[in-house]
Amino acid sequence: MAMGGITEMAVSLAHYLTVSAILLVLGVFGIFLNRKNVIVILMSVELILLAVNLNMVAFSSALGDLTGQVFTMFILTVAAAEAAIGLAIVVIYFRNRGTIEVEDISTLKG
Amino acid sequence: MNWILALPELVLALSGLAILGIGVLPKRNTHFACAMAAVGAFLLAAALAIGAPEGSAFGGQIVSDAFTRFAKVLILIGAAAGVVLSLDYNAREGLDRFEYPVLLVFATLGMLVMVSANDLMSLYIGLELLSLSLYVVAAFNRDDERSAEAGLKYFVLGALASGLLLYGSSLTYGFTGTTNFDRIADALSDPSKASSGLVVGMVFVIVGLAFKVSAVPFHMWTPDVYEGAPTPVTAFFAAAPKVAAIGLFARVLGGPFGDLAGQWQQVIVLISLLSMVLGAFAAIGQSNIKRLMAYSSIGHVGYALVGLAAASEAGMRGLLVYMAIYLLMNLGAFAVLVAMRRQGRAVERVEDLAGLARTDLSMAVWMAIFMFSMAGIPPLAGFFGKMFVFKAAIDAGLWTLAIVGVLSSVVSAFYYLRIVKVMFFDEPAGALDPRPASVSFVMAASGVFTTLFFLYPAPLVAAAQAAVAALLG
Repeated sequence: MAMGGITEMAVSLAHYLTVSAILLVLGVFGIFLNRKNVIVILMSVELILLAVNLNMVAFSSALGDLTGQVFTMFILTVAAAEAAIGLAIVVIYFRNRGTIEVEDISTLKG
Repeated sequence: MNWILALPELVLALSGLAILGIGVLPKRNTHFACAMAAVGAFLLAAALAIGAPEGSAFGGQIVSDAFTRFAKVLILIGAAAGVVLSLDYNAREGLDRFEYPVLLVFATLGMLVMVSANDLMSLYIGLELLSLSLYVVAAFNRDDERSAEAGLKYFVLGALASGLLLYGSSLTYGFTGTTNFDRIADALSDPSKASSGLVVGMVFVIVGLAFKVSAVPFHMWTPDVYEGAPTPVTAFFAAAPKVAAIGLFARVLGGPFGDLAGQWQQVIVLISLLSMVLGAFAAIGQSNIKRLMAYSSIGHVGYALVGLAAASEAGMRGLLVYMAIYLLMNLGAFAVLVAMRRQGRAVERVEDLAGLARTDLSMAVWMAIFMFSMAGIPPLAGFFGKMFVFKAAIDAGLWTLAIVGVLSSVVSAFYYLRIVKVMFFDEPAGALDPRPASVSFVMAASGVFTTLFFLYPAPLVAAAQAAVAALLG
């Protein structure tokens, strides 16, 4: 059925999986190509976890099985703890160095 | 609800909370009391783990069998030794805060949950409990730039690894319809049913685990974190979490993905080859001994994975024996590193060991034993570890792996022997400070095991055999 030039179609599992795969790739690239700021890396990590959550919920709905949604709850909780710890480490790093530029994090190498 | 099976975990969880309470309440410094309580909790948990009945609990979330018993005892030994090694060092460096033992208790709890996990969910929770605690202890010396940087690097790459592992778990869940290991194994009992989505999911899980065990090409964080973190933290990192992560690797690939051995075997062969070669060559030019030990541990993970790559019962047994020997000899070598201080300051260059034989002969002899053992020279323990995995690889027809393994242990012997040469034949660089009894104890216990293992290897091999039988069921 056409509505205002947009063809309506059902959102299938494959669509969810595609979006989630795109989010995952964005997150991974955000970590590796980012040359600016550590906060962007933390955001990329969250993006990866959200991609996983989307995957889990989509599979859970498609399979008619609640395990995936329970798993999502765990992931959300742990992601919050992880973000807290990540920010705390960024703060102590900033106190020591006065910068959180990614290119400056290079005291240790060899 | 068979909660008796989770008794070691419950003991650690409750004692972690209790130690937190002990640490917070009084005004004076409670670091020593908290550390002793943590060691006590580890020993109690180990005793309970040895006597644990078999079965599965919490709706199939965790299992208890000969494998978990084997892995848990090793992990708890490593964790207890890690706390003992930190006692004196932390006090001298001003790190004697009670949070340290608390974090190690929670990290160890995470490791126990990991090895007893029988579901992707409990696997994830255990792994995250371990990782989150380790990020904090890596940055524990928070006024030191290098420690903060180690924490930051470990956090970023560890979080990425967890994300990839989770993505793999989500695909596995989607394509098998379950997160339980037994049911995943049932769903895959006909390998032709393994869809490509599932194989992609499995590869993501392998990548996530390879990050945690620091196998090449996912090892980039290891040298920086080992160098930057305080030495007792590095000693802890190199011991118990390695065993837990390798144990988890064996559980996941041997259990739920056991029927896909044809698919994962090639991946493991590749990362094992790369780890052995990189571990051998990259360590040669290192002057910082902690960084050198980081590359050495990458190499050791490569040797251990040879056993996994063989995908046979003998290979898995070799893997477990290798990790047990690695854990115990590594603790000794790190005890020497922790004891390296001169005029009140921690030193960590290879040259700082110069002439150690003339100033502290017994430590030089122990260190030489650990280095010979890591190089795989008979009759020390390290030789038997390598022999078991290489024999399994040859029996499985993986000649390339075995040959590359032997050649890279010859190359790695160069840098191990360089340390021995520096200690025994170079001009003394001045005496090291007297070492504390706690460090000497770990050094001697580990040294005696490494030296005398060949006299009576049967109990360890039999325990590993029982563990493998439970694992491959």
